[in-house]
Amino acid sequence: MNPRVEVVALDCLMLRLFDEIAEANMPWMLAASERLRTAFGAQLIDLVPSYTTLMVHYDLTLLSPAHARELIAEALVDLAPNARSAGECHVLPVWYDLSVGPELSLLAERSGLAVKEVIRRHSAREYQVFALGFAPGFAFMGLVEEMLAAPRLNTPRKKVAAGSVGIAERQTAAYPVVSPGGWNLIGRTPAKLFDRHRDGYSLMQPGDTVRFEAVDHAEFIRLGGDDTPLEALA
Amino acid sequence: MSRLTIEASTPLCLLQDAGRFGVRHLGVTQGGAADWCSMSWANWLLGNELDAAVVEITLGGFAVVAEEDCLLALAGADLGAQIDGQPLAPWRSFRLAKGQTLRITQPLLGARAYLAAPGGFTAPKVLGSSATVLREELGGLDGMGLPLAKGAALGYSGGALATREMPSAQRPDFKMHAPLDLVLGAQIGQFSGQSLFDVFNRTWTIDSRADRMGIRLLGAPLQYQGAPMISEGIPLGAVQVPPDGQPIVLLNDRQTIGGYPRMGALTPLALARLAQCLPGAKVKLRPVVQDVAHREHVEYLQRFKDR
Repeated sequence: MNPRVEVVALDCLMLRLFDEIAEANMPWMLAASERLRTAFGAQLIDLVPSYTTLMVHYDLTLLSPAHARELIAEALVDLAPNARSAGECHVLPVWYDLSVGPELSLLAERSGLAVKEVIRRHSAREYQVFALGFAPGFAFMGLVEEMLAAPRLNTPRKKVAAGSVGIAERQTAAYPVVSPGGWNLIGRTPAKLFDRHRDGYSLMQPGDTVRFEAVDHAEFIRLGGDDTPLEALA
Repeated sequence: MSRLTIEASTPLCLLQDAGRFGVRHLGVTQGGAADWCSMSWANWLLGNELDAAVVEITLGGFAVVAEEDCLLALAGADLGAQIDGQPLAPWRSFRLAKGQTLRITQPLLGARAYLAAPGGFTAPKVLGSSATVLREELGGLDGMGLPLAKGAALGYSGGALATREMPSAQRPDFKMHAPLDLVLGAQIGQFSGQSLFDVFNRTWTIDSRADRMGIRLLGAPLQYQGAPMISEGIPLGAVQVPPDGQPIVLLNDRQTIGGYPRMGALTPLALARLAQCLPGAKVKLRPVVQDVAHREHVEYLQRFKDR
């Protein structure tokens, strides 16, 4: 780790902790987040974590840029990684099916694996939540094993159903709401990923871990899933 | 509670306030009035909290009928406002008698007008704000992120005061003679020398691809020579440069993280002025020292304390 502080806007500083995406970053990122929240207190407007960075948006009526830098420096003194257990572990049920996950066949073709094996491998790993972004509650997770990695679609879909589970490069994610999207879709989860009435709003938070669990159609419906085929949404 | 009935509206007429804060780590965008200065002045004219909920009217096409005598305020762009056909200039509070219609027609100067009511318009707070964000289904009159629609009622509960007008010296200048201040970002050194010259010496034209997520600037393509970036938090006003070299200034409804390199970010005051530019307008950019811009910003905020 080689922390640097960069100016990004009049009232925002970027704390850059790492240069590469890695699961091992997360305990440090979580620890730094916590320290920054404490150090800035009510002077913090937003803290935006991503894979390797923490963007500090502070109240410029209360802090000068120099003072904000000092607070960041102080927050990092003797920083120690958070234990991995800090994040929650979620199990997301997924109905893996071509009608809601048309790229299952593409991933099978690319990897030379059977569709069943693609499903088994995607649901075998425990993934880290690296960051939330793109949409409320949209969690970027990884890393997917190399065999399943695939670039985004050349032409993004105009409409991806809520709950759609996809892969892009070595990351996986589920769409919280209907939105445009270019990820390779492989299934759908009935889980409510973002809920304005839930404490904390988002099911997943940075630092959490996630496992996908294959369920059949009947179970997917029983859990409240919507099985409208993807092409019917277009 | 007093009411206005919406007689005409467009998808660009939205309930807004200062925006949604403290939830960006969940992927929730900031939202809020694109020209925060004019929103604040509209509220100031009525003695409201500066971030009370207002109607943001972009380009016109909005009309309300008063259900009882009321006092309202209009600030920001001159969108050809009329009361029962009589012209009404912005930067003032004014009376609208029961049955009268306030109509906001079309852009004469600037792009976004802000209509305020005593105490602010009544709307549920969703994740701490009434700011309308269509794609996130958050905010607005019903909390579900919908634009203001014809037939809906805009309620407010504050009491009426005397009418007032903003001194002309205080009004923002939407004619855009002064360059827009840019706080330099970390990747600035990784653009080509030519790009660094062009960004501050050439004139940029506002593209028609402009919305509440971002405003594209057309001009000499800028060339980034650094390594590809990992997605990171995007501040308001960030000037990002996608591979085609045409910069995009990111506004209130931008995505929370992204991986395009940036020249830096416009100051909040510069961004408020940019939000009033129509497609085709010409702008110039100017680098600013962070401490200087910080001092100017804090000084500007002092103006709102003068009641």
